Amino acid sequence: MKGKAWKFGDAISTDHIIPGRYFYLRSNLPELSKHLLEYERPSFIEKVSPGDFIVAGQNFGLGSSREHAAIVIKMNGIQAVLAKSFARIFYRNCFNNGLPAIICDTEKFSEGDEIELFVHEGKIVNYTRNETTLFTAVPPVMKRILSDGGLVEHVKKYKDLKLV
Amino acid sequence: MRRGSVKERRGIHMGMTLAEKILSEHAGKEVRSGEIVVVRVDLTYTQDGTGPLAVRKIQEMGLKEVYNPKKTIFFFDHASPSPRFELSNDHNFMRDFAEKTGSQVSEVGYGISHQVVAEREVKPGDIVIGADSHTCTGGALGAFATGVGSTDAAVAMALGKIWLRVPETIRVVVEGKLPTGVFAKDIILHLIGKITAAGGTYKALEFSGDTIQNLEMAGRMTIANMAVEAGAKVGLFPSDEITRSWLNCMGRSQDFRELSPDPDGTYEKTVMISAKELKPTIACPHQVDNTKTVDEIGDVKVDQVYLGTSCNGRLEDFQIAARILKGKKIHPKTRMVVTPGSRLVYLETLKDGTMETLIESGALAMTPGCGACVGLHEGVLGDGEVCLATQPRNFKGRMGSPKSFIYLGSPAVAAATAIEGKIADPRKYL
Repeated sequence: MKGKAWKFGDAISTDHIIPGRYFYLRSNLPELSKHLLEYERPSFIEKVSPGDFIVAGQNFGLGSSREHAAIVIKMNGIQAVLAKSFARIFYRNCFNNGLPAIICDTEKFSEGDEIELFVHEGKIVNYTRNETTLFTAVPPVMKRILSDGGLVEHVKKYKDLKLV
Repeated sequence: MRRGSVKERRGIHMGMTLAEKILSEHAGKEVRSGEIVVVRVDLTYTQDGTGPLAVRKIQEMGLKEVYNPKKTIFFFDHASPSPRFELSNDHNFMRDFAEKTGSQVSEVGYGISHQVVAEREVKPGDIVIGADSHTCTGGALGAFATGVGSTDAAVAMALGKIWLRVPETIRVVVEGKLPTGVFAKDIILHLIGKITAAGGTYKALEFSGDTIQNLEMAGRMTIANMAVEAGAKVGLFPSDEITRSWLNCMGRSQDFRELSPDPDGTYEKTVMISAKELKPTIACPHQVDNTKTVDEIGDVKVDQVYLGTSCNGRLEDFQIAARILKGKKIHPKTRMVVTPGSRLVYLETLKDGTMETLIESGALAMTPGCGACVGLHEGVLGDGEVCLATQPRNFKGRMGSPKSFIYLGSPAVAAATAIEGKIADPRKYL
Protein backbone atom coordinates (compact mmCIF):
# COMPACT_ATOMS: atom_id res chain seq x y z
CA MET A 1 0.00 0.00 0.00
CA LYS A 2 1.28 3.46 -0.94
CA GLY A 3 1.49 6.18 1.67
CA LYS A 4 2.85 9.64 2.32
CA ALA A 5 6.13 10.41 4.12
CA TRP A 6 6.05 12.59 7.24
CA LYS A 7 9.58 13.71 8.09
CA PHE A 8 11.04 14.07 11.58
CA GLY A 9 14.56 14.79 12.78
CA ASP A 10 17.08 12.95 14.95
CA ALA A 11 16.60 11.78 18.55
CA ILE A 12 12.79 11.66 18.65
CA SER A 13 12.25 10.06 22.06
CA THR A 14 9.26 8.13 23.33
CA ASP A 15 8.61 11.23 25.46
CA HIS A 16 8.19 13.17 22.21
CA ILE A 17 6.03 10.44 20.68
CA ILE A 18 3.69 10.26 23.66
CA PRO A 19 4.60 12.55 26.59
CA GLY A 20 4.69 11.43 30.22
CA ARG A 21 2.10 14.07 31.10
CA TYR A 22 -0.50 11.75 29.49
CA PHE A 23 0.56 8.89 31.75
CA TYR A 24 -2.97 8.73 33.18
CA LEU A 25 -4.38 7.88 29.72
CA ARG A 26 -2.31 4.74 29.24
CA SER A 27 -5.27 2.49 29.98
CA ASN A 28 -7.40 4.55 27.57
CA LEU A 29 -5.53 4.04 24.30
CA PRO A 30 -8.10 5.77 22.01
CA GLU A 31 -7.70 9.00 24.04
CA LEU A 32 -3.94 8.57 24.43
CA SER A 33 -3.49 8.12 20.68
CA LYS A 34 -4.86 11.65 20.04
CA HIS A 35 -1.61 13.07 21.45
CA LEU A 36 0.79 11.37 19.05
CA LEU A 37 3.80 13.64 18.41
CA GLU A 38 1.61 16.65 19.17
CA TYR A 39 4.37 18.93 20.34
CA GLU A 40 6.78 18.07 17.54
CA ARG A 41 4.02 18.59 14.99
CA PRO A 42 0.78 20.16 16.21
CA SER A 43 -2.42 18.40 15.05
CA PHE A 44 -0.37 15.55 13.55
CA ILE A 45 -3.18 13.02 13.97
CA GLU A 46 -5.55 15.16 11.89
CA LYS A 47 -3.03 15.31 9.05
CA VAL A 48 -2.04 11.66 8.69
CA SER A 49 -3.96 9.18 6.57
CA PRO A 50 -4.02 5.39 6.98
CA GLY A 51 -0.95 3.88 5.32
CA ASP A 52 1.31 6.91 5.81
CA PHE A 53 4.91 6.62 7.02
CA ILE A 54 6.89 8.31 9.78
CA VAL A 55 10.33 8.99 8.29
CA ALA A 56 12.98 10.04 10.78
CA GLY A 57 16.69 10.46 11.46
CA GLN A 58 18.98 8.82 14.01
CA ASN A 59 18.02 6.99 17.22
CA PHE A 60 14.24 7.16 16.80
CA GLY A 61 12.33 6.04 19.89
CA LEU A 62 15.05 6.52 22.47
CA GLY A 63 14.27 6.77 26.16
CA SER A 64 11.38 5.31 28.13
CA SER A 65 10.30 1.74 27.44
CA ARG A 66 6.62 2.76 27.13
CA GLU A 67 5.23 0.45 24.47
CA HIS A 68 2.31 2.86 24.15
CA ALA A 69 4.60 4.90 21.84
CA ALA A 70 4.64 2.13 19.22
CA ILE A 71 0.96 1.34 19.80
CA VAL A 72 -0.32 4.90 19.26
CA ILE A 73 1.73 5.18 16.06
CA LYS A 74 0.01 2.05 14.79
CA MET A 75 -3.42 3.15 16.02
CA ASN A 76 -3.12 6.30 13.92
CA GLY A 77 -2.78 4.16 10.81
CA ILE A 78 0.96 4.64 10.28
CA GLN A 79 2.10 1.71 8.14
CA ALA A 80 5.76 1.67 9.18
CA VAL A 81 8.47 3.83 10.72
CA LEU A 82 11.56 4.42 8.62
CA ALA A 83 14.66 5.81 10.34
CA LYS A 84 18.43 5.91 10.02
CA SER A 85 18.59 4.05 13.35
CA PHE A 86 16.30 3.03 16.21
CA ALA A 87 16.67 2.74 19.97
CA ARG A 88 16.52 -0.92 20.90
CA ILE A 89 13.51 -1.13 23.22
CA PHE A 90 11.34 0.84 20.81
CA TYR A 91 12.56 -1.33 17.92
CA ARG A 92 11.38 -4.49 19.70
CA ASN A 93 8.11 -2.84 20.71
CA CYS A 94 7.30 -1.99 17.07
CA PHE A 95 7.69 -5.55 15.79
CA ASN A 96 5.95 -6.99 18.85
CA ASN A 97 2.93 -4.93 17.80
CA GLY A 98 3.21 -5.80 14.11
CA LEU A 99 4.58 -2.39 13.12
CA PRO A 100 7.63 -2.59 10.82
CA ALA A 101 10.60 -0.44 11.89
CA ILE A 102 12.88 -0.13 8.88
CA ILE A 103 16.49 1.01 9.05
CA CYS A 104 17.40 2.89 5.86
CA ASP A 105 18.88 6.07 4.43
CA THR A 106 15.97 8.41 5.06
CA GLU A 107 17.69 11.30 3.23
CA LYS A 108 16.16 9.66 0.16
CA PHE A 109 12.70 10.81 1.19
CA SER A 110 11.20 14.27 1.50
CA GLU A 111 8.08 15.39 3.29
CA GLY A 112 5.03 14.38 1.29
CA ASP A 113 6.78 11.88 -0.98
CA GLU A 114 4.54 9.03 -2.04
CA ILE A 115 6.24 5.75 -1.09
CA GLU A 116 5.60 2.05 -0.84
CA LEU A 117 7.33 -0.48 1.43
CA PHE A 118 8.17 -4.04 0.41
CA VAL A 119 9.36 -5.61 3.69
CA HIS A 120 10.30 -9.03 2.34
CA GLU A 121 11.99 -7.71 -0.79
CA GLY A 122 13.95 -5.21 1.33
CA LYS A 123 13.07 -2.19 -0.75
CA ILE A 124 11.13 1.04 -0.65
CA VAL A 125 9.84 2.63 -3.85
CA ASN A 126 9.62 6.41 -3.90
CA TYR A 127 7.06 7.25 -6.61
CA THR A 128 7.55 11.00 -6.22
CA ARG A 129 11.28 10.77 -6.97
CA ASN A 130 10.88 7.67 -9.13
CA GLU A 131 13.61 5.96 -7.11
CA THR A 132 14.04 2.63 -5.27
CA THR A 133 15.87 2.45 -1.94
CA LEU A 134 17.21 -0.85 -0.65
CA PHE A 135 17.41 -1.28 3.12
CA THR A 136 19.22 -3.37 5.72
CA ALA A 137 17.37 -6.68 5.86
CA VAL A 138 14.90 -7.06 8.70
CA PRO A 139 16.42 -9.70 11.06
CA PRO A 140 14.80 -13.15 10.59
CA VAL A 141 13.47 -13.18 14.16
CA MET A 142 11.65 -9.88 13.52
CA LYS A 143 10.27 -11.16 10.20
CA ARG A 144 8.90 -14.17 12.04
CA ILE A 145 7.16 -11.97 14.63
CA LEU A 146 5.76 -9.73 11.86
CA SER A 147 4.46 -12.63 9.81
CA ASP A 148 2.69 -14.03 12.88
CA GLY A 149 1.04 -10.62 13.38
CA GLY A 150 3.00 -9.57 16.45
CA LEU A 151 4.35 -11.35 19.53
CA VAL A 152 0.98 -11.81 21.24
CA GLU A 153 -0.35 -13.66 18.19
CA HIS A 154 2.87 -15.69 18.03
CA VAL A 155 2.47 -16.85 21.64
CA LYS A 156 -1.23 -17.53 21.09
CA LYS A 157 -0.31 -19.75 18.16
CA TYR A 158 2.56 -21.72 19.75
CA LYS A 159 1.90 -21.29 23.50
CA ASP A 160 5.65 -20.73 23.55
CA LEU A 161 8.47 -18.69 21.99
CA LYS A 162 9.35 -20.44 18.74
CA LEU A 163 11.72 -17.88 17.31
CA VAL A 164 15.07 -19.62 17.21
CA MET B 1 35.42 -38.25 32.89
CA ARG B 2 34.63 -34.57 32.81
CA ARG B 3 33.49 -33.58 29.34
CA GLY B 4 34.91 -30.07 29.43
CA SER B 5 33.52 -26.89 27.94
CA VAL B 6 33.03 -26.35 24.23
CA LYS B 7 36.19 -24.31 23.93
CA GLU B 8 38.25 -26.94 25.77
CA ARG B 9 36.94 -29.65 23.44
CA ARG B 10 37.81 -27.54 20.45
CA GLY B 11 41.29 -27.11 21.86
CA ILE B 12 41.21 -23.35 21.39
CA HIS B 13 40.81 -20.65 23.96
CA MET B 14 38.23 -17.97 23.30
CA GLY B 15 37.50 -15.64 26.17
CA MET B 16 34.06 -14.34 26.94
CA THR B 17 32.67 -10.97 27.88
CA LEU B 18 30.39 -10.73 30.92
CA ALA B 19 27.33 -10.54 28.67
CA GLU B 20 28.36 -13.69 26.78
CA LYS B 21 29.05 -15.55 30.04
CA ILE B 22 25.69 -14.79 31.60
CA LEU B 23 23.71 -15.46 28.42
CA SER B 24 25.63 -18.72 27.78
CA GLU B 25 24.81 -19.97 31.27
CA HIS B 26 21.13 -19.27 30.75
CA ALA B 27 20.99 -20.60 27.20
CA GLY B 28 22.60 -23.87 28.30
CA LYS B 29 25.24 -23.62 25.59
CA GLU B 30 28.11 -21.37 24.61
CA VAL B 31 26.80 -18.33 22.74
CA ARG B 32 28.61 -15.40 21.16
CA SER B 33 27.75 -11.84 20.23
CA GLY B 34 25.37 -11.63 17.30
CA GLU B 35 23.53 -14.86 18.07
CA ILE B 36 19.83 -14.89 18.91
CA VAL B 37 19.03 -16.89 22.03
CA VAL B 38 15.94 -17.82 24.00
CA VAL B 39 16.91 -17.75 27.66
CA ARG B 40 15.24 -18.39 30.98
CA VAL B 41 14.57 -15.31 33.07
CA ASP B 42 15.35 -15.09 36.80
CA LEU B 43 13.19 -12.08 37.64
CA THR B 44 10.56 -10.03 35.77
CA TYR B 45 8.95 -6.80 36.89
CA THR B 46 6.85 -3.93 35.63
CA GLN B 47 5.97 -0.52 37.02
CA ASP B 48 2.57 1.17 37.13
CA GLY B 49 3.02 2.82 33.72
CA THR B 50 3.81 -0.43 31.92
CA GLY B 51 2.21 -3.09 34.15
CA PRO B 52 -1.45 -2.64 33.11
CA LEU B 53 -0.53 -3.11 29.44
CA ALA B 54 1.59 -6.17 30.32
CA VAL B 55 -1.38 -7.70 32.15
CA ARG B 56 -3.65 -7.02 29.14
CA LYS B 57 -1.09 -8.64 26.84
CA ILE B 58 -0.99 -11.77 29.03
CA GLN B 59 -4.79 -11.84 28.87
CA GLU B 60 -4.75 -11.35 25.07
CA MET B 61 -2.41 -14.34 24.82
CA GLY B 62 -5.15 -16.34 26.45
CA LEU B 63 -2.99 -17.12 29.48
CA LYS B 64 -4.16 -16.98 33.07
CA GLU B 65 -1.02 -17.77 35.06
CA VAL B 66 2.48 -16.47 35.44
CA TYR B 67 5.45 -18.81 35.18
CA ASN B 68 7.09 -18.01 38.51
CA PRO B 69 4.83 -15.90 40.77
CA LYS B 70 7.55 -15.41 43.39
CA LYS B 71 9.79 -13.78 40.78
CA THR B 72 7.09 -11.68 39.12
CA ILE B 73 6.72 -8.25 40.70
CA PHE B 74 4.31 -5.39 40.02
CA PHE B 75 5.77 -2.10 41.26
CA PHE B 76 3.71 1.01 42.03
CA ASP B 77 6.42 3.62 41.89
CA HIS B 78 5.55 6.18 39.21
CA ALA B 79 2.16 7.32 40.49
CA SER B 80 2.97 6.80 44.12
CA PRO B 81 0.74 7.79 45.77
CA SER B 82 -1.65 8.14 42.86
CA PRO B 83 -2.41 11.74 41.85
CA ARG B 84 -5.38 10.78 39.60
CA PHE B 85 -8.29 8.38 39.79
CA GLU B 86 -7.40 6.78 36.44
CA LEU B 87 -4.06 5.71 37.91
CA SER B 88 -5.67 4.49 41.13
CA ASN B 89 -7.82 2.27 38.90
CA ASP B 90 -4.67 1.00 37.15
CA HIS B 91 -3.19 0.14 40.55
CA ASN B 92 -6.28 -1.85 41.47
CA PHE B 93 -6.25 -3.63 38.12
CA MET B 94 -2.69 -4.82 38.84
CA ARG B 95 -3.45 -5.69 42.47
CA ASP B 96 -6.29 -7.94 41.26
CA PHE B 97 -4.12 -9.70 38.70
CA ALA B 98 -1.29 -10.16 41.21
CA GLU B 99 -3.67 -11.65 43.72
CA LYS B 100 -5.19 -14.05 41.18
CA THR B 101 -1.79 -15.24 39.97
CA GLY B 102 0.06 -15.16 43.29
CA SER B 103 2.49 -12.55 41.89
CA GLN B 104 4.23 -10.03 44.09
CA VAL B 105 3.25 -6.39 44.56
CA SER B 106 5.58 -3.65 45.74
CA GLU B 107 3.08 -1.18 47.12
CA VAL B 108 2.83 2.59 46.93
CA GLY B 109 5.62 4.19 48.92
CA TYR B 110 8.00 1.24 48.95
CA GLY B 111 10.16 2.79 46.29
CA ILE B 112 11.50 2.66 42.77
CA SER B 113 11.51 -0.80 41.18
CA HIS B 114 15.22 -0.77 40.28
CA GLN B 115 16.27 0.28 43.77
CA VAL B 116 14.03 -2.23 45.53
CA VAL B 117 15.05 -5.19 43.35
CA ALA B 118 18.71 -4.25 43.87
CA GLU B 119 18.13 -4.34 47.62
CA ARG B 120 16.09 -7.55 47.69
CA GLU B 121 16.31 -9.65 44.55
CA VAL B 122 19.05 -9.13 41.98
CA LYS B 123 22.06 -11.48 42.10
CA PRO B 124 25.29 -11.53 40.10
CA GLY B 125 24.76 -13.65 36.97
CA ASP B 126 20.96 -13.23 36.88
CA ILE B 127 18.91 -12.30 33.83
CA VAL B 128 16.49 -9.60 34.93
CA ILE B 129 13.74 -8.29 32.65
CA GLY B 130 11.92 -5.09 33.55
CA ALA B 131 9.31 -3.09 31.68
CA ASP B 132 11.18 0.11 32.37
CA SER B 133 14.17 1.41 30.48
CA HIS B 134 16.28 1.91 33.61
CA THR B 135 16.16 -1.79 34.52
CA CYS B 136 19.82 -1.77 33.48
CA THR B 137 20.56 -0.44 37.00
CA GLY B 138 20.89 -4.11 38.06
CA GLY B 139 24.07 -4.36 35.99
CA ALA B 140 25.83 -2.80 38.99
CA LEU B 141 25.41 -6.16 40.74
CA GLY B 142 26.71 -8.13 37.76
CA ALA B 143 23.25 -9.07 36.47
CA PHE B 144 22.20 -9.00 32.82
CA ALA B 145 19.35 -6.60 33.59
CA THR B 146 17.61 -4.96 30.68
CA GLY B 147 14.54 -2.88 29.94
CA VAL B 148 11.82 -4.01 27.54
CA GLY B 149 8.27 -3.02 26.60
CA SER B 150 5.11 -4.45 28.12
CA THR B 151 4.70 -7.29 25.58
CA ASP B 152 8.20 -8.68 26.13
CA ALA B 153 7.66 -8.39 29.90
CA ALA B 154 4.30 -10.16 29.52
CA VAL B 155 6.00 -13.06 27.71
CA ALA B 156 8.76 -13.20 30.36
CA MET B 157 6.13 -13.28 33.10
CA ALA B 158 3.91 -15.84 31.42
CA LEU B 159 6.54 -18.16 29.92
CA GLY B 160 9.59 -17.47 32.09
CA LYS B 161 11.72 -16.78 29.04
CA ILE B 162 12.68 -14.13 26.52
CA TRP B 163 14.55 -13.92 23.24
CA LEU B 164 17.64 -11.76 23.16
CA ARG B 165 20.38 -10.98 20.72
CA VAL B 166 23.74 -11.54 22.40
CA PRO B 167 25.20 -8.04 22.32
CA GLU B 168 28.64 -6.94 21.27
CA THR B 169 30.45 -5.32 24.18
CA ILE B 170 32.11 -1.93 24.53
CA ARG B 171 34.65 -2.01 27.34
CA VAL B 172 34.79 1.20 29.39
CA VAL B 173 37.98 1.47 31.43
CA VAL B 174 38.10 4.20 34.07
CA GLU B 175 41.42 4.70 35.80
CA GLY B 176 42.81 7.04 38.43
CA LYS B 177 41.51 8.87 41.49
CA LEU B 178 38.35 10.96 41.18
CA PRO B 179 39.07 14.59 42.09
CA THR B 180 37.20 16.19 45.00
CA GLY B 181 33.67 17.11 43.96
CA VAL B 182 33.58 14.62 41.08
CA PHE B 183 31.37 11.53 41.37
CA ALA B 184 29.99 8.51 39.51
CA LYS B 185 27.37 10.75 37.89
CA ASP B 186 30.13 12.81 36.31
CA ILE B 187 31.79 9.64 34.95
CA ILE B 188 28.63 8.49 33.20
CA LEU B 189 27.63 11.95 31.93
CA HIS B 190 31.15 12.39 30.57
CA LEU B 191 31.00 8.96 28.90
CA ILE B 192 27.63 9.65 27.23
CA GLY B 193 28.85 13.07 26.07
CA LYS B 194 31.83 11.30 24.54
CA ILE B 195 30.16 8.32 22.83
CA THR B 196 26.74 10.03 22.30
CA ALA B 197 23.20 8.93 23.16
CA ALA B 198 23.34 6.38 20.35
CA GLY B 199 26.95 5.30 20.92
CA GLY B 200 26.02 2.09 22.73
CA THR B 201 22.85 1.16 20.82
CA TYR B 202 22.16 -2.61 20.95
CA LYS B 203 25.50 -3.08 22.80
CA ALA B 204 26.59 -4.08 26.28
CA LEU B 205 28.75 -1.63 28.19
CA GLU B 206 31.20 -3.38 30.52
CA PHE B 207 32.97 -1.29 33.14
CA SER B 208 36.45 -1.91 34.54
CA GLY B 209 39.57 -0.13 35.80
CA ASP B 210 40.71 0.82 39.29
CA THR B 211 38.26 3.74 39.62
CA ILE B 212 35.40 1.31 39.01
CA GLN B 213 36.90 -1.30 41.38
CA ASN B 214 37.00 1.31 44.14
CA LEU B 215 33.50 2.62 43.49
CA GLU B 216 30.82 1.83 46.10
CA MET B 217 27.61 0.13 45.01
CA ALA B 218 25.67 3.42 45.00
CA GLY B 219 28.04 4.85 42.39
CA ARG B 220 27.97 1.67 40.34
CA MET B 221 24.17 1.81 40.26
CA THR B 222 24.28 5.45 39.09
CA ILE B 223 26.50 4.44 36.18
CA ALA B 224 24.63 1.23 35.28
CA ASN B 225 21.31 3.09 35.45
CA MET B 226 22.35 5.46 32.67
CA ALA B 227 23.75 2.80 30.31
CA VAL B 228 20.43 3.05 28.44
CA GLU B 229 21.03 6.77 27.92
CA ALA B 230 23.89 5.72 25.63
CA GLY B 231 21.45 3.33 23.94
CA ALA B 232 22.97 0.26 25.59
CA LYS B 233 21.12 -2.94 26.44
CA VAL B 234 23.04 -3.47 29.68
CA GLY B 235 25.73 -1.75 31.76
CA LEU B 236 27.67 -4.55 33.41
CA PHE B 237 30.03 -4.54 36.38
CA PRO B 238 32.06 -7.55 37.53
CA SER B 239 31.01 -8.68 41.01
CA ASP B 240 33.69 -8.36 43.68
CA GLU B 241 34.26 -7.72 47.39
CA ILE B 242 32.23 -4.50 47.23
CA THR B 243 29.31 -6.45 45.75
CA ARG B 244 29.73 -9.09 48.46
CA SER B 245 29.76 -6.61 51.32
CA TRP B 246 26.74 -4.76 49.90
CA LEU B 247 24.75 -8.00 49.62
CA ASN B 248 25.81 -8.80 53.20
CA CYS B 249 24.40 -5.44 54.32
CA MET B 250 21.13 -6.36 52.61
CA GLY B 251 21.08 -9.67 54.49
CA ARG B 252 21.67 -11.62 51.27
CA SER B 253 25.20 -12.98 51.67
CA GLN B 254 24.07 -16.28 50.10
CA ASP B 255 23.27 -14.44 46.84
CA PHE B 256 26.89 -13.51 46.17
CA ARG B 257 29.02 -15.15 43.54
CA GLU B 258 32.12 -13.82 41.90
CA LEU B 259 31.70 -13.09 38.23
CA SER B 260 34.15 -11.40 35.89
CA PRO B 261 34.87 -11.38 32.17
CA ASP B 262 37.69 -13.49 30.75
CA PRO B 263 40.86 -11.43 30.23
CA ASP B 264 40.89 -12.31 26.52
CA GLY B 265 37.26 -11.64 25.66
CA THR B 266 36.46 -10.01 22.33
CA TYR B 267 35.38 -6.38 22.58
CA GLU B 268 34.01 -4.18 19.86
CA LYS B 269 36.08 -1.33 21.24
CA THR B 270 37.57 0.07 24.42
CA VAL B 271 36.87 3.56 25.74
CA MET B 272 39.45 4.90 28.20
CA ILE B 273 38.57 7.54 30.76
CA SER B 274 41.10 9.22 33.03
CA ALA B 275 39.28 9.95 36.28
CA LYS B 276 41.70 12.64 37.42
CA GLU B 277 40.84 14.78 34.40
CA LEU B 278 37.08 14.73 35.04
CA LYS B 279 35.16 17.76 36.26
CA PRO B 280 31.60 18.16 37.52
CA THR B 281 29.59 17.57 34.36
CA ILE B 282 26.16 18.80 33.30
CA ALA B 283 23.82 17.48 30.58
CA CYS B 284 22.03 20.45 29.02
CA PRO B 285 18.54 20.52 27.47
CA HIS B 286 17.15 18.54 25.76
CA GLN B 287 19.50 15.58 25.33
CA VAL B 288 21.63 13.59 27.74
CA ASP B 289 24.66 13.71 25.43
CA ASN B 290 24.56 17.51 25.30
CA THR B 291 27.17 17.74 28.05
CA LYS B 292 29.37 20.56 29.36
CA THR B 293 31.63 20.83 32.36
CA VAL B 294 30.36 23.06 35.15
CA ASP B 295 33.10 25.57 34.22
CA GLU B 296 31.57 25.99 30.77
CA ILE B 297 27.96 26.27 31.81
CA GLY B 298 27.69 30.04 32.37
CA ASP B 299 24.87 31.71 34.28
CA VAL B 300 21.83 29.39 34.41
CA LYS B 301 19.20 30.40 36.95
CA VAL B 302 17.28 27.49 38.40
CA ASP B 303 13.68 27.37 39.64
CA GLN B 304 13.75 23.80 40.96
CA VAL B 305 16.43 21.40 42.12
CA TYR B 306 15.45 17.75 42.11
CA LEU B 307 17.42 15.20 44.13
CA GLY B 308 16.54 11.51 43.93
CA THR B 309 15.32 9.01 41.26
CA SER B 310 16.60 5.62 40.14
CA CYS B 311 19.88 7.29 39.21
CA ASN B 312 20.73 9.15 42.42
CA GLY B 313 18.19 8.27 45.10
CA ARG B 314 20.51 6.43 47.51
CA LEU B 315 21.83 7.24 50.98
CA GLU B 316 25.25 8.33 49.68
CA ASP B 317 23.56 10.79 47.30
CA PHE B 318 21.57 12.40 50.10
CA GLN B 319 24.61 12.43 52.40
CA ILE B 320 26.77 14.39 49.97
CA ALA B 321 23.96 16.90 49.42
CA ALA B 322 23.49 17.24 53.19
CA ARG B 323 27.22 17.79 53.68
CA ILE B 324 27.08 20.74 51.29
CA LEU B 325 23.80 22.14 52.61
CA LYS B 326 24.58 21.73 56.34
CA GLY B 327 23.93 25.03 58.11
CA LYS B 328 22.98 26.77 54.84
CA LYS B 329 19.67 27.82 53.32
CA ILE B 330 18.33 27.13 49.88
CA HIS B 331 18.20 30.20 47.64
CA PRO B 332 14.88 32.03 48.17
CA LYS B 333 13.99 31.86 44.46
CA THR B 334 14.71 28.14 44.18
CA ARG B 335 12.84 25.16 45.58
CA MET B 336 14.49 21.84 46.27
CA VAL B 337 12.50 18.59 46.04
CA VAL B 338 14.06 15.41 47.42
CA THR B 339 12.70 11.90 46.84
CA PRO B 340 14.40 8.84 48.39
CA GLY B 341 14.72 5.86 46.05
CA SER B 342 13.17 3.40 48.49
CA ARG B 343 11.66 3.10 51.92
CA LEU B 344 14.94 1.60 53.14
CA VAL B 345 16.87 4.62 51.87
CA TYR B 346 14.27 6.94 53.42
CA LEU B 347 14.68 5.30 56.82
CA GLU B 348 18.47 5.47 56.55
CA THR B 349 18.36 9.20 55.77
CA LEU B 350 16.05 9.73 58.75
CA LYS B 351 18.19 7.69 61.16
CA ASP B 352 21.50 9.36 60.40
CA GLY B 353 20.16 12.93 60.37
CA THR B 354 20.70 13.45 56.63
CA MET B 355 17.04 14.18 55.96
CA GLU B 356 16.84 16.57 58.90
CA THR B 357 19.74 18.58 57.48
CA LEU B 358 18.08 18.74 54.06
CA ILE B 359 14.70 19.80 55.48
CA GLU B 360 16.33 22.42 57.74
CA SER B 361 17.98 23.93 54.69
CA GLY B 362 14.56 24.25 53.04
CA ALA B 363 14.16 21.05 51.00
CA LEU B 364 10.79 19.32 50.51
CA ALA B 365 10.71 15.53 51.05
CA MET B 366 8.46 13.32 48.91
CA THR B 367 7.29 9.70 49.09
CA PRO B 368 9.89 7.17 47.86
CA GLY B 369 9.30 6.58 44.15
CA CYS B 370 10.01 8.06 40.74
CA GLY B 371 8.56 11.38 41.85
CA ALA B 372 8.99 14.40 39.60
CA CYS B 373 11.24 12.71 37.03
CA VAL B 374 8.31 11.52 34.89
CA GLY B 375 6.32 14.78 34.97
CA LEU B 376 3.40 13.20 36.76
CA HIS B 377 3.39 14.89 40.17
CA GLU B 378 5.54 16.17 43.07
CA GLY B 379 7.42 18.89 41.18
CA VAL B 380 5.91 19.33 37.68
CA LEU B 381 7.61 22.15 35.76
CA GLY B 382 5.74 25.14 34.25
CA ASP B 383 6.40 27.11 31.07
CA GLY B 384 9.91 28.51 30.94
CA GLU B 385 10.97 26.90 34.23
CA VAL B 386 14.46 25.50 34.67
CA CYS B 387 15.29 22.42 36.73
CA LEU B 388 18.63 20.95 37.77
CA ALA B 389 17.91 17.28 38.41
CA THR B 390 19.93 14.21 39.40
CA GLN B 391 17.65 12.02 37.28
CA PRO B 392 18.91 10.09 34.25
CA ARG B 393 17.01 11.90 31.48
CA ASN B 394 16.29 15.46 30.31
CA PHE B 395 14.08 15.18 27.23
CA LYS B 396 11.86 18.08 26.26
CA GLY B 397 8.68 18.12 28.34
CA ARG B 398 9.67 15.15 30.48
CA MET B 399 8.99 16.91 33.77
CA GLY B 400 5.90 18.82 32.65
CA SER B 401 5.70 21.76 30.26
CA PRO B 402 7.34 21.21 26.86
CA LYS B 403 8.58 24.77 27.34
CA SER B 404 10.64 23.89 30.42
CA PHE B 405 14.36 23.10 30.59
CA ILE B 406 16.05 20.20 32.40
CA TYR B 407 19.75 20.09 33.26
CA LEU B 408 21.29 16.94 34.77
CA GLY B 409 24.07 16.83 37.33
CA SER B 410 25.37 15.03 40.42
CA PRO B 411 23.81 15.33 43.90
CA ALA B 412 26.73 17.63 44.81
CA VAL B 413 25.95 19.92 41.88
CA ALA B 414 22.28 19.80 42.94
CA ALA B 415 23.12 20.95 46.48
CA ALA B 416 25.47 23.73 45.35
CA THR B 417 22.85 24.86 42.83
CA ALA B 418 20.14 24.93 45.51
CA ILE B 419 22.30 27.29 47.60
CA GLU B 420 23.16 29.68 44.77
CA GLY B 421 19.90 29.56 42.78
CA LYS B 422 21.90 28.95 39.61
CA ILE B 423 23.88 25.98 38.35
CA ALA B 424 26.90 25.95 40.65
CA ASP B 425 30.23 24.22 41.10
CA PRO B 426 30.20 21.96 44.20
CA ARG B 427 33.99 21.87 44.51
CA LYS B 428 34.12 25.10 46.50
CA TYR B 429 31.84 23.58 49.16
CA LEU B 430 33.87 20.37 49.66
